[in-house]
Amino acid sequence: MKRLIPAALLLLAVSAHADNYSLPKHAVFEEECASCHMAFPPQMLHADSWRAMMGDLSHHFGSDASIDEKRRAAITDFLVTHAGGRKTGTTRDASGKPLLRITETARFEKKHREIAPATWKRASIKSPANCTACHARAAAGDYNERSINIPK
Amino acid sequence: MRKLFIIAALLAATGAQAETPRDFLTRFEKEAGAAASAERGARFFNTKQGGEWSCASCHTDKPTQAGRHAKTDKPIAALAPAANAERFTDAAKVDKWFRRNCNDTVNRLCSAQEKADVMAWLLTIK
Repeated sequence: MKRLIPAALLLLAVSAHADNYSLPKHAVFEEECASCHMAFPPQMLHADSWRAMMGDLSHHFGSDASIDEKRRAAITDFLVTHAGGRKTGTTRDASGKPLLRITETARFEKKHREIAPATWKRASIKSPANCTACHARAAAGDYNERSINIPK
Repeated sequence: MRKLFIIAALLAATGAQAETPRDFLTRFEKEAGAAASAERGARFFNTKQGGEWSCASCHTDKPTQAGRHAKTDKPIAALAPAANAERFTDAAKVDKWFRRNCNDTVNRLCSAQEKADVMAWLLTIK
């Protein structure tokens, strides 16, 4: 029994750790990408997805997010280097194109299956891309259960 | 003497890069070949110009205060130079944001006249 407790604690620690993302630093990535939205952890998408997204910044989810070629190439390299592997789940949509939205990944869907569609639309949340609305420490890479506070 | 020369050269080099908001007003007026109108700029900024958003959708109609991105809700620092000394001091940034934000709000690039008008209005806000 005594042995079981440390084992259980260890398991808890490991599962909590699974929702922490290390945030690799990259000044150009932060300046360019985080001016309109938070800097999403590169691990949340597959390298193919980042390449596809960075290949059409003029049509970035309905906005023109174009940047100069030197910066575009540098950010693409950074994202691809730190991209997620299998953990992101399926990396392509039904037609075989790389998924572009983190919210379309199997991992995101699984983690958020208890959230009702109406909750996403609350004025305090606005969009599933607004991580910090519920994950107060998202900007630090902390997506742990205990840091979640779903606003009314 | 040599030191003085180096200092002068350095000053000239930094002076060439740093720009002021008024420099952009001058540049856009020159490109437009006409004087700017702050009143026209205010109207342009605060009303939709064909797109889903106006400039004010994110920057608010009082750009001395901070705004929020209309879609992501990310805070946006104040745009008016009177409230934010970093604004309109870097030509690459100014050109980048006018290009992108005009495409998002007007569905095309803005004319030099439109940019001059907006600059003139932003410079009148205290």
